[in-house]
Amino acid sequence: MKDSHLVKYILGIADNALILGQRLGELCGHGPTLETDIALTNMSLDLLGQTRNYYQYVAKISGDDSTEDDIAFLRTERQYLNVLLVEQPNQHFGYVIARQFYFDVFHYLLLEKLQASTDENLAAIAKKSIKEVSYHQRFSSDWIKRLGDGTSESHNKIQTAINDLWAYTDELFEVTEDDSHIVNIGIGVDVSELKAEYYSKVSEVLKESTLEIPDNKYFKKGGKIGIHSEHMGYILADLQYMQRTYPKMKW
Amino acid sequence: MTTDKAHIESSLVDILKTVSDPEIPVLTILDMGVVREAIIIEDIVQVKITPTYSGCPAMDVIGDDIITAFENEGIKAKVELILAPAWTTDWITPSGRKALEEYGIASPLNEHADKEALLGNKKIVKCPQCSSTNTILVSQFGSTACKALFKCEDCKEPFDYFKCLK
Repeated sequence: MKDSHLVKYILGIADNALILGQRLGELCGHGPTLETDIALTNMSLDLLGQTRNYYQYVAKISGDDSTEDDIAFLRTERQYLNVLLVEQPNQHFGYVIARQFYFDVFHYLLLEKLQASTDENLAAIAKKSIKEVSYHQRFSSDWIKRLGDGTSESHNKIQTAINDLWAYTDELFEVTEDDSHIVNIGIGVDVSELKAEYYSKVSEVLKESTLEIPDNKYFKKGGKIGIHSEHMGYILADLQYMQRTYPKMKW
Repeated sequence: MTTDKAHIESSLVDILKTVSDPEIPVLTILDMGVVREAIIIEDIVQVKITPTYSGCPAMDVIGDDIITAFENEGIKAKVELILAPAWTTDWITPSGRKALEEYGIASPLNEHADKEALLGNKKIVKCPQCSSTNTILVSQFGSTACKALFKCEDCKEPFDYFKCLK
């Protein structure tokens, strides 16, 4: 696969959807209630659908015979360009919701701008995806409020998750070298410009939920350039198992 | 650039009408509004379909069903999946909405009313069983990506509501 700037730019967006979709998929049959189980796996399905749309496009422009499946299943860890946030483990429901909330607010802002991309394929995917993501955002924001403004137990648990995952939010606004090439030609979104609006939206929901806004200034990053946390290897072991064990298998 | 209006040759309508959404069998793909173009080019039917939701697992099946439906009539067909313009629930036809209601799925409200209903602010989703609007949201996500789960407080029946997508 040709690692052009555009390919890497698209993978940066698509891999977030793939890995978060995989994390949510782990909850299939394990959600805390039937309704949340169905909701989280519905969101997983949306994200994997979006991933397919991006990967099919990447496969088309990569100039070789790679398919969407090769891109999803046959890269090495360093070649995945998702942010560290989406690979963080499910732990308990509070972590699932906090991770989702942090990502959804960003995802919506990103897609809002990507709709105006001069690349008509990316614009089309963004226009399609944003409708789904607005539901995701509503779901995760609602749960932040219910848990934050719920019992002291739920309040403490969601506050801990919000505090722990805060360190992964800043990476969302990193512009890599590949990204900046694509931003400059009008195809990509300059995510650094979304930062102020992001933190103001996040703060608004946290306040309404009677939660404290973390003031930790230390942020972790690396995923966008392929340097992942220790969790990533386990995710890929699970995700790639079939293709690695039975190469080229098909449905 | 495709426009919001579907372009379907009238001679192809009868065959396309026989293909239904595998997850909502009462709804034909034409009623659903997922067929955006169906034209004949050099004896081959070219059909363009668009997914309701990105991850809709029904799309592959719908594509295969279209090809089979034409094959049964001795016609060769090709199906292409397109993403733009993005599908909206506004494309469900009036007969499609009626079929949904009869099947037990509440049809989508307009965008504003939908938001009020899904946030639990207003009781406006009509129960497809008893027509009462004394209904409550159980979950924003239902049995498929396109539906939310509601419960009727009068007849006590749970039911699916087809979410507005605009």
